[in-house]
Amino acid sequence: MHIPDGYLSPATCAVAYAASVPFWRVALKRVKKAMNSRQVPLLSLFAALSFVIMMFNLPLPGGTTGHATGIGLATVVIGPWAAMLAVSVALVVQALFFGDGGVTAIGANCFNMAIAGALVAYLIYRLVAGRSPLASPRRVVAAGVAGYVAINFSALLAAVEFGIQPLLYKDAAGAPLYCPYPLSIAIPAMMIGHLTIAGLAELAVSAGVVAFLQRSDLSLLRATAGNVRESEEARPQGAPRSLRPLWLGLATLCVLTPLGILAAGSAWGEWMASDYANSAARHQITSASFNAAVPQHAPQGLARLSSVWTAPFARYAPPYIRGAAFGYLLSAMFGVGLIVAGFLVLGSFTRSAMRAGPDSA
Amino acid sequence: MSDFHPNAKGGFIENTLEGLHFAIERALYAEVSASRTGLLQRLDPRVKVAGLFAMVVSVALATKLWSIAAIFVLAVALVAVSSVPVRAVASRTWIGAFVFSGAIALPALFLTPGTPLYGLPITLQGVRTGSFLVMRAETAATLMLVLAYTTPWTHILKALRIFRVPVVFVVILGMTCRYILLMLDTAHQMFESRKSRTVNRMSPAENRRLAIASSGVLLHKTLQMSDEVYLAMQARGFHGEVYVLDDFAMQARDWFALAAFAALAAASILVGR
Repeated sequence: MHIPDGYLSPATCAVAYAASVPFWRVALKRVKKAMNSRQVPLLSLFAALSFVIMMFNLPLPGGTTGHATGIGLATVVIGPWAAMLAVSVALVVQALFFGDGGVTAIGANCFNMAIAGALVAYLIYRLVAGRSPLASPRRVVAAGVAGYVAINFSALLAAVEFGIQPLLYKDAAGAPLYCPYPLSIAIPAMMIGHLTIAGLAELAVSAGVVAFLQRSDLSLLRATAGNVRESEEARPQGAPRSLRPLWLGLATLCVLTPLGILAAGSAWGEWMASDYANSAARHQITSASFNAAVPQHAPQGLARLSSVWTAPFARYAPPYIRGAAFGYLLSAMFGVGLIVAGFLVLGSFTRSAMRAGPDSA
Repeated sequence: MSDFHPNAKGGFIENTLEGLHFAIERALYAEVSASRTGLLQRLDPRVKVAGLFAMVVSVALATKLWSIAAIFVLAVALVAVSSVPVRAVASRTWIGAFVFSGAIALPALFLTPGTPLYGLPITLQGVRTGSFLVMRAETAATLMLVLAYTTPWTHILKALRIFRVPVVFVVILGMTCRYILLMLDTAHQMFESRKSRTVNRMSPAENRRLAIASSGVLLHKTLQMSDEVYLAMQARGFHGEVYVLDDFAMQARDWFALAAFAALAAASILVGR
């Protein structure tokens, strides 16, 4: 992931430097404002820590090893702005003194790993962790996912930077002057390694160290935790959990119901009597039934009972709705509404029965 | 440079110890090398930083292979006149850069569309683009190694002020360099003590747990040390303002070297385009 000199054109490097400078300036300002002079040794030591963590060859399933950058961990402990500075400093030291990453590519490496990585890691961590308590396993998962997504996002940025080089810069003979691989090769080549190996290393370090900190020093997770629910005990006994996430999930599922239109054919065993007379439907039934012979006519019982009840939303497509997707959505809302209304009625009966219980006892 | 090593030999502890040892050794070697009496060691760090950065940029801008090759020869000459053994540069930079960039460039020989070469399944354009990649990486790495091996690291960081890098950033970089050595040493001691207590080979899962626990312990040590360093800084009168002692003084040979670097960079940019 550390891009060496010569892989990116000077123009790309200049753009990457120009893109990084505003973030560095804002980060320096925010860091100064937030923790004044105490931040100077903290950033230095975190940069040193990030440098050392990058040297750990983490053993991974499958017999390979991978390096983590520590971006997920740094973001969770000291926040995105301080993390982007600390990891940038580590990358500058690596480029200047250890030959890991190019000097002209410092801007690109910092933008990909330190800046974009920290912002993505923070966004994912806060999104997944929500308001969960500091000691919650959800925070371990959140840190792992944050590290994994951040490193893969950084890899994708690097791949795009590599992939645009042959489109932009060629010599007179048509040979690419910098990275020779187009986007179609650069993106899969970078992403396969990061989605599987480097991503797992980042996931393991981020999640593992957060789990370690939960047992050793919980206060270190407080800085980036936001508005935390202190603990499950803080919730009054018997008080209901918030149903908001459930409602949101239900609404999302309703919106996604038109995806059913994408499925070809009908579900096995859910055939209609009229399908037996339709040659295309008969072919589908045969192929879905391991080529078993389909009866010439619809079974008598099926034909008789299918006319007993005609559903108002037959096949999730009311006849008065033109758009199939809208029909699905309307059917979902109607179905969910009916179920919720049914349970509300049931709930009101149960509550009145419980109220009547103690009096009658 | 690579992010993963599918064929890493030895156990996790041994590999990590080896990596940490290599980093410490490289840092110490740079200190020793920078204190030798060579041509570049005598120059003002600002001249070296500006001049060698300009050469790296000219390598990046070059569109002719021979101009990159000429700068590479110049970089080797600088190594030779600076009392830095060429063998040390070869083992620390050339082999690593060649293997890494060569592995990346190799498929390009076959995949780059163009004129087939001598009836082989490779193209002229593929060979050219692969050569650009490897030669640029080798030359730039050599130039940066010349800088790192002829100048104390603290002087390089101080010299970054000529690029208007904020003072706070320079101070953080300087402290990072100082504490990288300390952290490397701490990590080295942690793994060495663990190795001395380990009798059998550890399973991958145990190694993973060890790596994660070590990262956590190092994190704790980092924060503890950060507080101690801050208190020490306060005890010495630190109020949040940072200053860099700018004791560099340009002499006649520095001006001459600066002019030589500028002329070489300008010439290679003009001719190499």
